[in-house]
Amino acid sequence: MKTMFKRKKTMDMLVSVLVWCSALITFSALIFLVVYILVNGIPYLKLSLFELEYTSNNVSVVPAIVSTIIMTALSLFIAVPLGIFTAIYLVEYASKSNRLVGIIRITAETLSGIPSIVYGLFGLLFFVIFLGWGFSLVAGSCTLAIMILPLIIRTTEEALKSVPDAFREGSFGLGAGRLRTIFRIILPSAIPGVLAGVILSIGRIVGETAALIYTAGTVAEIPTNVMSSGRTLAVHMYTLSSEGLHVNEAYATAVVLLIIVVGINTLSSVVAKRFTRG
Amino acid sequence: MQVVFLISAITSIVAVMLICFFLFSNGIPAIKEIGFADFIFGKEWSPNDAPPLFGIFPMIIGSLYITAGAILIGVPIGILTAVFMAKVCPPVIYKFLKPAVNLLAGIPSVVYGFFGMVVLVPFIRENFDGNGSSILTASILLGLMILPTIIGISEEAIRSVPDTYYEGSMALGASHERSVFRVILPAAKSGILAAIVLGIGRAIGETMAVIMVAGNQARIPEGIFDGVRTLTANIVIEMGYASGLHREALIATGVVLFVFILLINFTFSVMNRRKV
Repeated sequence: MKTMFKRKKTMDMLVSVLVWCSALITFSALIFLVVYILVNGIPYLKLSLFELEYTSNNVSVVPAIVSTIIMTALSLFIAVPLGIFTAIYLVEYASKSNRLVGIIRITAETLSGIPSIVYGLFGLLFFVIFLGWGFSLVAGSCTLAIMILPLIIRTTEEALKSVPDAFREGSFGLGAGRLRTIFRIILPSAIPGVLAGVILSIGRIVGETAALIYTAGTVAEIPTNVMSSGRTLAVHMYTLSSEGLHVNEAYATAVVLLIIVVGINTLSSVVAKRFTRG
Repeated sequence: MQVVFLISAITSIVAVMLICFFLFSNGIPAIKEIGFADFIFGKEWSPNDAPPLFGIFPMIIGSLYITAGAILIGVPIGILTAVFMAKVCPPVIYKFLKPAVNLLAGIPSVVYGFFGMVVLVPFIRENFDGNGSSILTASILLGLMILPTIIGISEEAIRSVPDTYYEGSMALGASHERSVFRVILPAAKSGILAAIVLGIGRAIGETMAVIMVAGNQARIPEGIFDGVRTLTANIVIEMGYASGLHREALIATGVVLFVFILLINFTFSVMNRRKV
């Protein structure tokens, strides 16, 4: 009896040591990664890295940043209305027994599981070749728009669902129509949730590489219009590190990317906090 | 206006149909031309030979090995970290850990890949066999990359187990550890399984990070220190210059990957349905 008790106690010890070790591994890996990149990258955040003109000498990140901003704006411009409207249809219009709702859910789920390289292939086949857009920001952002669509649908759906039914009833009771209720009452109270989804999507767009190489191309200049090719920061970082000629600048670019990611995460948690507080 | 909402809602269905149509219509003829068995089980990928050989078996094996490695590394660490976050760590620490996990999820895969290239590859090269770009390197890196997925979903699953389970177990005289591992974890099993399935999906679909650390040799590896090429890497590396049947064979590689992912998604949704 006593030995059994003892054995159990050592088991407990062992298990909790394992738990602590795992947590330690996870978080020290993260800290190591971040610190390593910051330490190696920050010294190379020189002014020459931020010159307007890209040359193979300064490997400026400015064109890539401009492309990233345009790409993000375009993708959101396409995906956000589509996503929000889809969510409105699912939550406010469709009846629970509607077959279409089930199909939409399944397709959205499927879309969210497709790996980015498959999106890239599709974008290449459809937007670039079939529609004849060539390597362009539009082709890239349309591809990304499909990719982030399920994320926006899901977050908006959840935000809409969390609006209390009393709001709807109150609005109907005061004589407002369905559309007016949706746009004046429900959407405004769901905005923080929608925003959190949009911010998450921005994070995905900024970090995306595989879906863009063969849709938006890898031209390193500042794009003149939406039909021209342009590389986003992540693609820029990939070409820098695979060429292997500008490792230090690649570190610096990684720092810029990390800063953006941290910024986006902070923003989304601030928004989410406001959301839960109501 | 309802029509506008309906049309928007149908976009995602149209998108899935378009993706299926364009992938399959471009990929399946190539599979037919090469021959299904020669394509899937062919051990030789040499698109520039005469006659060219398009066997993607080495890439399928490569994807499976690396995914298995990532799961072996990522799943135990991820689940135990989730236990730590949900049941062990004090709230003060939790306030820092949760954003840390989100950050881990938010770091772009190129940054992971770059980190793997400058840190992991030299480390493996100096301490083990081979030139550093290997199955092991890619598995470690991918194991790290799937951690946030595993941790996030497992943590939620663990938290959704009613407190009474834990209290009941403690009241029966079980220790804290025993209650967590023998009562709570089994109760959270379906959520944790879902986390693993999603992790597999992420690992098999990951592209850029793998390209930067796996070596990308299109051959069947002999050990974990050999380099491999995954399905995803095959597409990115050769799509830039491929033409004709070679190009179609790459799209067909995408089709195989897509089918893998559909199977994984299907498993995931079946498991989710059973939970409800």
